[in-house]
Amino acid sequence: MSVTTEKQSFSQDLIASAELSQFTEATASREKAFEDFKLVGLPDGKHEEYKFAPITKLLAKNFNADELYSKPTASNNDLSSLIPKGLGENCVVFVNGVYNKSLSKIKNTSKVVIKSFVEALESHLHVVTEGLTEIAESKDPFALLNSALWQDGLFIHVPAKATGEEPLYIYHLHDATEKKVASHTRLMVVVEKHAEFSIIERTDSLGKHPVFNTINEEILVDENAVFSYCKIQDDHGDLIHVGNTTVHQKKSSRADTYTISLNGKLVRNNLSIIIDGEGCESHFYGLYMTDGDTLVDNHTTVDHRKPNSFSNELYKGLMDGKSKGVFNGKIYVRPDAQKTNAFQSNRNILLSDTATINTKPQLEIWADDVKCSHGCTTGQLDGEALFYLQSRGIPKDTARAMLLYAFAGEVIDAIKDEHVKNYVDSIVSERLHKSY
Amino acid sequence: MSKDNQVLEEFSSKEYEHGWSIDLESDSAPKGLSEEIVRFISLKKNEPEWLLEWRLKAFRHWLTMKEPKWPNVKYPPIDYQDIIYYSAPKQKVQPKNLSEVDPELIETFKKLGISLTEQKRLTGVAVDAVIDSISVATTFKEKLGELGIIFCSFSEAVREHPDLVKKYLGTVVPSNDNYYAALNSAVFSDGSFCYIPKGVRCPMELSTYFRINAANTGQFERTLIIAEEGSYVSYLEGCTAPMRDENQLHAAVVELYAMKSAEIKYSTVQNWYPGDKDGKGGIYNFVTKRGICAGDYSKISWTQVETGAAITWKYPSCILKGDYSNGEFYSVAVTNNYQQADTGTKMIHIGKHTRSRIVSKGISIGKSQNSYRGQVHILKRAENARNFSQCDSLLMGDQCGAHTFPYIDVENKSAHVEHEATTSKIGEDQIFYCLQRGIDEEAAIALIVNGYAKEVLKQLPMEFAVEAQKLLALTLEGSVG
Amino acid sequence: MLKIKNIHAGVENKSILNGINLEVKPGEVHAIMGPNGSGKSTLASVLAGREDFEVTEGSVEFLGKDLLAMKPEDRAREGIFLAFQYPIEIPGVSTVNFMKTALNKIREYRGQDALDAVSFLTLMKEKIKLVEIDQSLLSRSLNEDFSGGEKKRNEIFQMAMLEPKLAILDETDSGLDIDALRIVANGVNKLRTKDNATIVVTHYQRLLDYIVPDYVHVLYQGKIVKSGTKELAMELEEKGYDWIKSEMEVA
Repeated sequence: MSVTTEKQSFSQDLIASAELSQFTEATASREKAFEDFKLVGLPDGKHEEYKFAPITKLLAKNFNADELYSKPTASNNDLSSLIPKGLGENCVVFVNGVYNKSLSKIKNTSKVVIKSFVEALESHLHVVTEGLTEIAESKDPFALLNSALWQDGLFIHVPAKATGEEPLYIYHLHDATEKKVASHTRLMVVVEKHAEFSIIERTDSLGKHPVFNTINEEILVDENAVFSYCKIQDDHGDLIHVGNTTVHQKKSSRADTYTISLNGKLVRNNLSIIIDGEGCESHFYGLYMTDGDTLVDNHTTVDHRKPNSFSNELYKGLMDGKSKGVFNGKIYVRPDAQKTNAFQSNRNILLSDTATINTKPQLEIWADDVKCSHGCTTGQLDGEALFYLQSRGIPKDTARAMLLYAFAGEVIDAIKDEHVKNYVDSIVSERLHKSY
Repeated sequence: MSKDNQVLEEFSSKEYEHGWSIDLESDSAPKGLSEEIVRFISLKKNEPEWLLEWRLKAFRHWLTMKEPKWPNVKYPPIDYQDIIYYSAPKQKVQPKNLSEVDPELIETFKKLGISLTEQKRLTGVAVDAVIDSISVATTFKEKLGELGIIFCSFSEAVREHPDLVKKYLGTVVPSNDNYYAALNSAVFSDGSFCYIPKGVRCPMELSTYFRINAANTGQFERTLIIAEEGSYVSYLEGCTAPMRDENQLHAAVVELYAMKSAEIKYSTVQNWYPGDKDGKGGIYNFVTKRGICAGDYSKISWTQVETGAAITWKYPSCILKGDYSNGEFYSVAVTNNYQQADTGTKMIHIGKHTRSRIVSKGISIGKSQNSYRGQVHILKRAENARNFSQCDSLLMGDQCGAHTFPYIDVENKSAHVEHEATTSKIGEDQIFYCLQRGIDEEAAIALIVNGYAKEVLKQLPMEFAVEAQKLLALTLEGSVG
Repeated sequence: MLKIKNIHAGVENKSILNGINLEVKPGEVHAIMGPNGSGKSTLASVLAGREDFEVTEGSVEFLGKDLLAMKPEDRAREGIFLAFQYPIEIPGVSTVNFMKTALNKIREYRGQDALDAVSFLTLMKEKIKLVEIDQSLLSRSLNEDFSGGEKKRNEIFQMAMLEPKLAILDETDSGLDIDALRIVANGVNKLRTKDNATIVVTHYQRLLDYIVPDYVHVLYQGKIVKSGTKELAMELEEKGYDWIKSEMEVA
């Protein structure tokens, strides 16, 4: 039997067995998503968007089809050690995909609604259903799978003009000490007009059994609102992760996103920014620093639908060991989006003979009065800079670490929240000093 | 703004200059494609058995293939049984020299602005003219022959130099490479063949003009250029077709083979009929062009100016196999009205210290869609490979689109790959500067666009550069009221 | 030659020029001075026909014709030349090619034959001497990677080539060192005749040491608030624009 047919049959197995499962909430939208998923199935190696990310192959190797969506299991271990010191003061914790009240500590004012997605379906039904549209339109197989099979999630509602709120940390922890885990989580954030909010998300796991995790995130940033989102992946387990994040920006809003991927088996981030109003500003940064056999695949899309907005993207990658980096960045400028300025930059350094990078920056422009550009480089460390440092008495390894740190620093420095910046900075510099 | 649009609209209304058709009694195959047709073509051309077998193999493979759907172009399904696959202008005897060539054909080329005799006398360019897939005249043969250079029609090469053809045919673009290459391999009727012996620097530009004349005809020519060690050749290709309401298919294959330290420069000025301003008619230009830098220090350089065709689908590519080999791709693609272009290149770095350079300038006008698609692939053993790519798009009018799809795949850490792309509209301040110096808007746009494309145009041999500039200006031309 | 009557102009409801009156006769040099934002460059742009500015009131007559009714290229062909404050870069187009196109378009408008390559080159060589511009610069892309001084010199070279009847120099001195300033001014002076006129738009007096004006006008808040001779420029240099501002406030 060929590999392709195995994968196809895995996809079919999943469809056949998941069809039998029962969910109580939001059944109609789950059914719709599942019908759509059946049309696309799990992506094979020929799928244009997944040709460098063999997720289906990995899943087929590590899971039985019915293990991909089974009811979440509780953990018997103390997972609080997975929450970094000083970053657990205002946090929501999911364990194996389920909202864990005892580990969560919410300090936000009562103005901000933070509750489980299931509860929100009752209390904020119209907000939830309205916000669901973007992801529902997505044809990404894993977004559809998540929409059909999600187990739990979080709903955050920041009312108009709410500012000065504490940043909220969201931890997705998995306990894979005894068996494999599959979790599907949803997140919905609605930041109303003139409000400001920021969230920091992190995944980690205990144990070495495989973990499969999908997260669907819908974020609405209303007029004049400011939103910041930081996703840190430094997972020490055998994690296969697919995140689908959609940020929907309304008039004069601002969104900053940071996607920092440092560890895991296979990390796939689909980040989609929709500029649906004039005068928006959107900055998105990414840093992927990989080693071992980690594969990090960042697919980003910025979709300019309205005029006079600005987007700027900077993604940087450092690949060591046998790791693989994949970057795909799309800029769409729709016919109505005149006077758009959209910029994208992707820079990569390969550190070993076995690391690879596949990048595809992509511009699709249907409006003429625009300024758009992308730049992409892949190379090594600047030899002259290295020599310059050495000539000042700095040992080669240190010099290398310094230059790599400076390379990554451009993204880290852009993080506004000092705690988060220091935290990311500490992981990156520790990693660099350990290696060189 | 509105004034700009008005000017641009008028630009869009330019008519196709080469849109006439001459009644040449043609010797055609019946419509449709089958093994019989393939045999018919082979028989017509008195081909050896091995070539017929090669064609049949390609045809059988083609039957199992599907038309590619990934290009960023849209067109109604092509009925491959509604095309005439072989159409030769009728001539009783093979012409020995130009004076024996059908005067009507000579007239055709005069209308194209390339009188063969004229060219022969004035510019010293050797011309091979291919009309409806059949090579009708090759000039300058004797002079080239003294140097050991073979420059002739493909059919003649099959007859006179079968060993060379057999050795290299399909080595760069295999007959099963892709849908259109397979189709071409099955039904190709003629084309150009060129062989430059070791150490010879071809003293003149070699040139082929392609023209589709007959209705309902597809053109399927093949070009094979072999440059032996240390040789050099510059090859030019030009194309036109008459105005016809139906779409016509052009599926050509070009193979370049460069040995150690050889250099091949291949330039194209493509001006197939693009269809009318409502998008009716026009050529489907589905072409596979690829060169291999087989030897160390070899170089292949593609330059293309694409102004015609309803749909263009072509990616002149370089396989950089030899160490220190060098690939270049320079392209200007202009689309107007309802034209669609999906064009670019592939640079496959296999050898060590290989270098490649890509400069692509797209210009979209009217309701057209213009895509750059390119791949730079640095394989694991390609130590110290270098690539630089620059892809710019210029938009004129608010109903066109510009798309950039670069694929960059790097498997060696010593590689240095740089890609830059920009998209913008023509600068209003630039236009005003020209106006203030007394240059009208139309001339200003032509001037600015030519400047924008300069880096590519200057790669063309002189005679072609002038033609290309005129063609560009013509594509932009219209009368400002 | 040029009669500006009560010109009002602005952008998107923002009024910049609020009733300018000015008459320029052949052979004259007029200096227009004023603080930043007073409307100096707007006036230059309006005369050259930049579409960004809307003229809401008033009229401009040039050599007996309605200037405002003309397209920008026709104004140029009638003899108006604007030396840009920030000359535009056009990649891939050489100054030679640019000038040849411009000159022949203007000649065509005037019913003259196009210049052949030899006469054009002869003319160009003659004008090059006038502005001390390096010939190699002219075959490079127009203004691309030119220094500030080179760009300004290139403007004066173009002016020499096109022989305008009215030259408007918009802040031609900005960004120039003293040597470049002298060369540019020399070029302008050599091009002066009794039949053509010059409007020098400048913030500083120093250019006027080299290009001596017959009249000096001070522009403030979109109006000419003071007119005089060369001495007015000296006075301005000494007292600064605050002097004008305070005088206006008193009034």
